[in-house]
Amino acid sequence: MDFWILQLFHGISYGALLFLLAGGLSLIFGMMRIVNMTHGSYYLLGGYVALTTIWRSGYYALAILAAAVVVACIGIAEWNAFLKRLSGQELGQVLTTMGFAFIFQDLAMVVWGGDPYTIPVPAMLSGAWRVGELHFPVYRVFMIAAAALVALVLWLTLERTRIGAMMRATVDDPEMARGVGINVFMISMGVFALGASLASVAGVVAGGFVGVYPGADFEILPYAFVVVIVGGMGSLKGALIGSLLVGLLDNFGKALFPELSYFTLFAPMAAILAVRPTGLFGRA
Amino acid sequence: MADRRAALRGLAGAGGLLLLVIVPPYLSSFMLTLLTQALIYGILAMSLDIILGYTGLASLGHAAYLGLGAYSVGILTMRYGAGFWTALVVGVLLAGAVAAIFGLVALRATGVYFLMITLALGMVVWGLAHRWVSMTQGDNGISGVPRPDLGIGVSFAQGVPFYYLALAAFLLAFLALRLLVRSPFGKSLVGIRESESRMRTLGYHVWLHKYIGFVVAGAVGGFAGVLWAYYNGFVSPADLELATSVEALLMVALGGRGTLLGAPLGAAIIVLLKNLVSVYTHRWLLILGAVYIGTIVYAPEGILGAVRQWMKGDKAWARS
Repeated sequence: MDFWILQLFHGISYGALLFLLAGGLSLIFGMMRIVNMTHGSYYLLGGYVALTTIWRSGYYALAILAAAVVVACIGIAEWNAFLKRLSGQELGQVLTTMGFAFIFQDLAMVVWGGDPYTIPVPAMLSGAWRVGELHFPVYRVFMIAAAALVALVLWLTLERTRIGAMMRATVDDPEMARGVGINVFMISMGVFALGASLASVAGVVAGGFVGVYPGADFEILPYAFVVVIVGGMGSLKGALIGSLLVGLLDNFGKALFPELSYFTLFAPMAAILAVRPTGLFGRA
Repeated sequence: MADRRAALRGLAGAGGLLLLVIVPPYLSSFMLTLLTQALIYGILAMSLDIILGYTGLASLGHAAYLGLGAYSVGILTMRYGAGFWTALVVGVLLAGAVAAIFGLVALRATGVYFLMITLALGMVVWGLAHRWVSMTQGDNGISGVPRPDLGIGVSFAQGVPFYYLALAAFLLAFLALRLLVRSPFGKSLVGIRESESRMRTLGYHVWLHKYIGFVVAGAVGGFAGVLWAYYNGFVSPADLELATSVEALLMVALGGRGTLLGAPLGAAIIVLLKNLVSVYTHRWLLILGAVYIGTIVYAPEGILGAVRQWMKGDKAWARS
């Protein structure tokens, strides 16, 4: 019983991390129809920027903020200079963003070197809560809380605010949106920046948990895509349920069938796609 | 005009083939391995061109077929002591069979969704290679695969004979695929790329045509994988990771989609670039990244695409 509760907890907390990462990808992917292979790089760069900020200042919250701002600026620059011209050209998007992923990986190597680091977390987030015989690391609880908060804020913004309505309008019909006076350019740029900064926050959170190291970008990228594919592009609900599903499948797969763990992760996904090519909650 | 163009093309083809046959024995062994590698990747890129260039579907999981072919060789040779012909037949058939299953899932979608589903399916195969340690030896990979013995009394252990084996395999794949794309079936694929609805209205079974193209591409990708395992002597999950699939896409895009010969041209450029640049600088990823972006910005139709437009006398490209 203890085994199942702990694995469930680990699966959910990993799903929370995936949500932070994939929520941003789902926004960029579903709302802007951009296949972004640089998403893993935002995650990696976020971790590195936070690391430097903490080394210099010592504040964890400031590190998250710095990562979000720096990576949002990088995303805006990339989108403005290249991606906005490639709408509807999937191949062009894949290759351009892959090129950026290589460049960012190499630049990170130049600046931060090849050693793995762990982002130091504040004392209040370390340690574990004991419930009977079970230990629940506080940091994992924090990951779940952070993801829940981000999900709530995103949902409220998209569904309940004027800016959210403008975002949805821009996605559904950019020409009409422009016609009624919405600044489609600014909205699109904002969505891209938001998606990138969410990935960077995921990178910071993961940095205190699995660390920051070269290659983390391409390691995490397939997971982000899988979440978005399973949940359906551009659907917040889909990203949330997809993250939990992937987090749990990954965790239980690794615990129960270590030899087939990726198979138990990707095969159900292929099965879902065979039935619903647009994912669980995706719109065609 | 048409005659002159055809003559020019024939001349260029004959010249290129002559160079590929005559020059290699005089090259350094380093250049010879790179050229061999370029030919094998050329086969993979050509197979991808069938679905990307001719049918218009960007697959993000094509490395899976390379991996299936390569692992067939690795596992059959090292565990069961199988010979070249067995490994070849199993590798190609396995890749084709998996493509036949994946095609059922993937071809329900187009565009971004096709891209994503092929990515997911590619990850299924990668996951098996990575984690099914008792069969694939996981991240350590399978090493020590010997050079093939074809049973024709020629040893392919040395670089030069193996190069000619790769060249023969490349020409075989090229001629077979050229036959395919020039056949009415190949024309129907191009028709589907240009307008699926029109082809459907004309009475073509669009899905079946795409499906056959997809399976053929997978099988030929497996063929490349078989050679790759023998060339490298080593098979690992890196052969079928996402980056390899994207690299195959780049090769086709750089050389020119839907030109068949563009794909190996792109493959040769990328293989040479990766290996030669990394000799001179550690920052080769930076340069590779710039090539990805530069291809899309400066040569969206690829090198042969630009040449083709130029030969057509279309001057519009020069102004843009």
